[in-house]
Amino acid sequence: MKISYYPGCTLKTKAKNMDHPGVAALKALGVELVELPRWNCCGAVFSLADDDLLHLLAPVRDLIRVVEQGDNKLVVACSMCYSTLARANLLMRENSEKRHTINTFMEEELDYNGEVEVVHLLSFLRDEIGWEKIRESIKVPLRGLKIAPYYGCTLLRPQSVAIEPPEKRTLFKDLIETIGATVVDFPASTDCCSSYQILSNPDVGIEAVSKILESAESWDAEAIVTSCPLCEYNLGKRQEDALKKHDKLKELPTFYFTQLLALALGLGTEVCKFELNHNGVIQLMESKKFLTAA
Amino acid sequence: MTIEISDKTYDEEFVKKVEEISGENFHKCMQCGMCSGGCPMIEYMDIPPRRIMILTHFGLKDKVISSKTAWICATCNACSVRCPRGVELTKVMEAIRQLTLRKNINYVEPSAISEETIADLPQIALVSCFRKHTS
Repeated sequence: MKISYYPGCTLKTKAKNMDHPGVAALKALGVELVELPRWNCCGAVFSLADDDLLHLLAPVRDLIRVVEQGDNKLVVACSMCYSTLARANLLMRENSEKRHTINTFMEEELDYNGEVEVVHLLSFLRDEIGWEKIRESIKVPLRGLKIAPYYGCTLLRPQSVAIEPPEKRTLFKDLIETIGATVVDFPASTDCCSSYQILSNPDVGIEAVSKILESAESWDAEAIVTSCPLCEYNLGKRQEDALKKHDKLKELPTFYFTQLLALALGLGTEVCKFELNHNGVIQLMESKKFLTAA
Repeated sequence: MTIEISDKTYDEEFVKKVEEISGENFHKCMQCGMCSGGCPMIEYMDIPPRRIMILTHFGLKDKVISSKTAWICATCNACSVRCPRGVELTKVMEAIRQLTLRKNINYVEPSAISEETIADLPQIALVSCFRKHTS
């Protein structure tokens, strides 16, 4: 099976450790993620100003690229890109006045009416491949690894583009169980990691990160798994700042779900690129003997 | 704290602008406080989101615009999904930010960010921050 895939800016640069294992894992499961030709930055955040149509052009152009491929589904791995593309898509589907203005403005492009379905990679794994098939393909079950699933904001909010009902969320849990690990459901699973405030108000950002780490640690998690490169940056790479401010916190390795899936599928460290994660990640994998097994 | 509310303090243009930019009917707010109760950033705000709603409703422009609340908001939507009146507070916060940004006043100055910070940050952080905090 082939399917259109939108990596987004960060997955092609700073988060190759999310992109590469995702593409490789899907290949191992019989799905070719075909990178959308001529894709552009989606804008990272959905435009919330009602009179601002300009910032909808970028995500809508990406969706038009999907139609040009003769495809009607777009798989996105990054949580923020997913939310931006899915919300722009919904607006084009439901708001005829804005749709008309945008289509008229982009006269060189095909008219777009929200025909594409924007799907997050987690939903795709469940709905198009299925946990059973993934379970049968596991070569290195991550037994004994206690993982806290971190959804963050944009996978579950707003409700109009939530990948599943927030109060009945199971996607991360099912994936973690499928790869043989143990789920640690923790209270801060859907809290905000402070997002771009890490740049605007870093002190506030580090406090938000500290609370999430503390919550996961108090529930005995050994690792956090996420699907967003900004969550991974804040919780992972900036973890050092949180540890400096709060003595009670200890190092907590943070992974992308694509890395853990690829590792469990036996694809090894070259694909998983753990060296691009923050400190502690490789040590944890080694101590669990997952790397030698792969 | 006593706040004077009268026809002299009501800035009609401000209220209309927030209505127009947000596209939200924030006058529906019944001051239940679910937004403030669920806000992960509330301890760093000078005015809780619930109060921002009523101050905006009463057209108290200076208090709303000078507050750092909208700039601390990370648009996580914890408030919007909890609001029993269906107000998308993140859109109201966006409108409040836009009233400043549209005067060419940046909250974050891109030229003041160090090369090391830019090299360290993922693109998604820079793009989202500039979208939210620069004009």
